[in-house]
Amino acid sequence: MRIPCPLCGDRDHREFTYKGAAVALDRPGNSDWSDDWDSYIHLRDNPAGDTDEMWWHGAGCGGWLVVTRNTVTHEVKAARMAADVKGAGA
Amino acid sequence: MRIDGKGLINRAAPLRFTFDGAGVTGFEGDTVASALLAQGTKLMGRSFKYHRPRGVMTMGSEEPNALVTTGRGAGQTPNVRATMQEAFEGLEVRAQNAWPSLDFDLLAANDLLSPFFSAGFYYKTFMWPAKFWEKLYEPMIRRAAGLGALSGEPDTGLYEKAFAFCDILVIGAGPAGLMAALTAGRAGADVILADEDARMGGRLLAESHEIDGKPGPVWVDEVLDELEAMGNVRLMTRTSVTGAHDDGTYGALERVGLHMADPGARPLETFWRIHTKRAVLAAGALERPIAFPDNDRPGVMMAGAVRGYLNRFGVAAGQRVAVFGNNDSAHRTAQDLAAAGVEIAALIDSRADAKVCGDYPVYTGAQVTGTKGRKGLTGISVTTATGVQQVESDCLAISGGWNPTLNLTCHMNGRPVWNEALQAFLPVPDMVPGLEAVGAANGVFSTAGALAAGVDGAKNALQAIGKKPVSVDIPKAEDGTYALSPLWVVDGKSRAWLDFQNDVTVKDVKLAAAENYASVEHMKRYTTQGMAPDQGKNSNVNALAVLADATGRGIPETGTTTFRPPFVPVSLAAIGAGARGKGFAPERFTTSHAASVAAHAPMIEAGLWYRPSFFPREGEKTWRASCDREVAMVRNAVGICDVSTLGKIDIQGKDAAQFLDFVYTNMFSSLKVGRVRYGLMLREDGIVMDDGTTARLADDHFVMTTTTVAAGQVMAHLEFVAQALVPDLDVHLISTTEQWAQFAVAGPKSRELLNAVLDDGLDPEAWPFMACGTASVAGVEGRLFRISFSGEHAYEVAVPARYGEGLWRLLISQAEALGGGAYGMEALNVLRIEKGFITHAEIHGRVTADDVGMGRMISVKKDCIGKAAASREGLSASGREQLVGLRPVGAVKQLLSGAHLFNETAEAVRVNDQGYVTSVGFSPTMDTFLGLGFLKNGRARHGERVRMVDHLRGVEAICEVCDPVFFDPEGGRVRG
Ligand SMILES: [Zn+2]
Repeated sequence: MRIPCPLCGDRDHREFTYKGAAVALDRPGNSDWSDDWDSYIHLRDNPAGDTDEMWWHGAGCGGWLVVTRNTVTHEVKAARMAADVKGAGA
Repeated sequence: MRIDGKGLINRAAPLRFTFDGAGVTGFEGDTVASALLAQGTKLMGRSFKYHRPRGVMTMGSEEPNALVTTGRGAGQTPNVRATMQEAFEGLEVRAQNAWPSLDFDLLAANDLLSPFFSAGFYYKTFMWPAKFWEKLYEPMIRRAAGLGALSGEPDTGLYEKAFAFCDILVIGAGPAGLMAALTAGRAGADVILADEDARMGGRLLAESHEIDGKPGPVWVDEVLDELEAMGNVRLMTRTSVTGAHDDGTYGALERVGLHMADPGARPLETFWRIHTKRAVLAAGALERPIAFPDNDRPGVMMAGAVRGYLNRFGVAAGQRVAVFGNNDSAHRTAQDLAAAGVEIAALIDSRADAKVCGDYPVYTGAQVTGTKGRKGLTGISVTTATGVQQVESDCLAISGGWNPTLNLTCHMNGRPVWNEALQAFLPVPDMVPGLEAVGAANGVFSTAGALAAGVDGAKNALQAIGKKPVSVDIPKAEDGTYALSPLWVVDGKSRAWLDFQNDVTVKDVKLAAAENYASVEHMKRYTTQGMAPDQGKNSNVNALAVLADATGRGIPETGTTTFRPPFVPVSLAAIGAGARGKGFAPERFTTSHAASVAAHAPMIEAGLWYRPSFFPREGEKTWRASCDREVAMVRNAVGICDVSTLGKIDIQGKDAAQFLDFVYTNMFSSLKVGRVRYGLMLREDGIVMDDGTTARLADDHFVMTTTTVAAGQVMAHLEFVAQALVPDLDVHLISTTEQWAQFAVAGPKSRELLNAVLDDGLDPEAWPFMACGTASVAGVEGRLFRISFSGEHAYEVAVPARYGEGLWRLLISQAEALGGGAYGMEALNVLRIEKGFITHAEIHGRVTADDVGMGRMISVKKDCIGKAAASREGLSASGREQLVGLRPVGAVKQLLSGAHLFNETAEAVRVNDQGYVTSVGFSPTMDTFLGLGFLKNGRARHGERVRMVDHLRGVEAICEVCDPVFFDPEGGRVRG
């Protein structure tokens, strides 16, 4: 599997570390425990198909990426800088 | 028997090797199998379960029988296919799975016990009393069944792994592959052409076909010359593409030095990872056997292999050859052999309407119903409509048709489909994205068809990558039809083999069906069909046909097992190349490493780092003696310890302080420039991640230290927070762990030492506890931090790493002059236990800030990572296990980490568990063992007695629960 890092280009997946679903970007805004927090930390979908997930290019540029990957075919469809995704959503 | 004038071997270059100690003569270009066949050796191996005598069947990597062991000792390699191993001068080859010898194998008695070894034997035997199994059957089976053996010595051969990149990967260099490479190469694409044979050409080297009026091999050489001259085409011989993986990644195993008497500096094998935009699979087809009674005698071979040995190696596989097939391609074997002057005993075609002509006995509508000859075929029974005839023959060439070599197309879960006309499975498009099967691998069995298909496949690939094809003339070649009528099994009383390598017979598959293992996956596992190293390359389809018949279904309804990587066995040494011994993991050395080793300090691993345990001195007989001395040295004089392995993260930006407030539980924006603060970091789920100190060097510049083990994790975490959670903050991070050498200078004489060492001396007023700033040593600009992990008046001094070794030697000599010296990890551990400082032994991923007594460090004034989750009731409830100190107060004075805690009189069983011990050490300062651990509701239980029980080591000790800070709880020494 190869991941097209926006900064480094197509790179082997062994340069990256996986973190999990890109839900990780949607941190609740306040620090009072709530159902939102519960689902943010604990609940994840298990999609058969396209999913957005976090990968860290630790052996490359150090960038955190949001990678769109198909869990059935393993096809990597896109990779964007997490900062850009978060910025666009904020 | 060699046939003059035939074959592609170099008769001017004879060579000798040994087979079971006996000399064998061959020629350059021979394989072990072809050289043995040439001298008339038929018996090459013994079968897996029954130890039946076996001979070579094929001429390729699918060979099920002729597995041999090469080399000896550390260079011994078992299960080498004699059909793939090139012969070379001095090669040592041995037969395997036979005792005492291949010719006289006592274990052949297994053949008489065959009823015990039929399908399901293992499972049924498990039903018998267990002691029978363990004591009797399993040892017996393990001794009797098997293939080659390992030497038991470490493999000292060189192996390599490598990466390659291309536009188009062409797999297989037969007619289709060569045309594909030519078409892609001429269009300017970067091409890799990989073929597992030592010589490219595929079946064109094994057939007597002409291409464009030239002998096949001549045409092949012309194409290879053109490809080699191109510069954009890489030819990889002896390279088996083993797997098709995600995103155009292919695994491939290259035999680099295995065919050489002296490979020199070459690796034996290289495991390649090839990244390609498109792939053309031109892997050809594999001929399948027919299951007739006693079809496994040495001398029964595939028809395509028999004519291949003739055309490629100039070898007649027998003196009187019979041919038995159900399709027209088998006839070519009789034609080629007859043309070379070899006697054809019979041509037997199962089809009554087969069109056969030749100057030899021909039987149509006939079948081979039996064979004779224990260690080599002597004759066959031919059954026709009119009766049974005995035919003398020492080689029977069989062909049950051809299966496209579509294995790679199945590697990503695709399922091939059954083609009724070809009686074979064919790949469907896009089973592996970007890979197209062409030629025989796609069911196109004529040479002309394969040549054209190779061109088409390359054109499709070129189009997909946006390259314009140039026109390519398709050469003229044989365009025969491939007519066959299915024939899987010939009935008879004797056993008929399907999977020769795992000794699976027709009866086994029928038994599986009768016992209702009717699904192909169940049948496979029940009989072990296709589970040998050859993965059933030439037997799976036949077994499926038998199963379909036995269950009254058609083959398409019965389905197929799929193929998984690797296509051929891959040695672990090649996959793991470079990772042997010290290559397994990188070693990280501090700048003081050489000096520590020179001081005879035993080094211990801390992650990838190596750190000194202790520094033994004259007369110290145990590590404890050294450790006790080093602890006392720090408490009474001064000690030096290399702390460079702690993670150091440089944090800059105008929002750096705000960022630290967010990642630490406590406040850092209030920290003054020139000061250091201890910080606690949580995971988002409220569990402690790490701790350490962070120094503020300027308004917008901090240096964070992490623990040694968590440095990588913390770096990734901080980057995540900065980029993914608070990207609007102006903050930048970089790891500087390796850029700075940092040494702890600890003890009451630390100030005196540094005052002498620092260029400007050490002004006590300017350096209160938790101060930081720049300081220069011998003209080198460094950093000084007044921090302590020992509870003593202490500093850490840092210089750029290139000055580390020099500073270390300077500090050690100064310390020794003051009655101190270096201390290692053992003393460091005791010192911190005496002070109740935590490490990852305590913050091990299951404890909260409250558990370690730092609940109040979670600031109420701000949000931070983990704050919401840490507020959950269960994470600070009173029943939780809390950090406590432990000291032995009973007869037993020893504490052990990992031991569990129980109430003093309670039975030491799980339900009574009260906690556990995380760190222990002998404190010379207090003359007792001290421990840290977690105890239910522990903070409220200081003064109570508990019982420590180590069930593993059988140690019990009564302990008093106390505050985790044993020594100098007021902290007077650290501030003084
Ligand atoms: Zn990158």
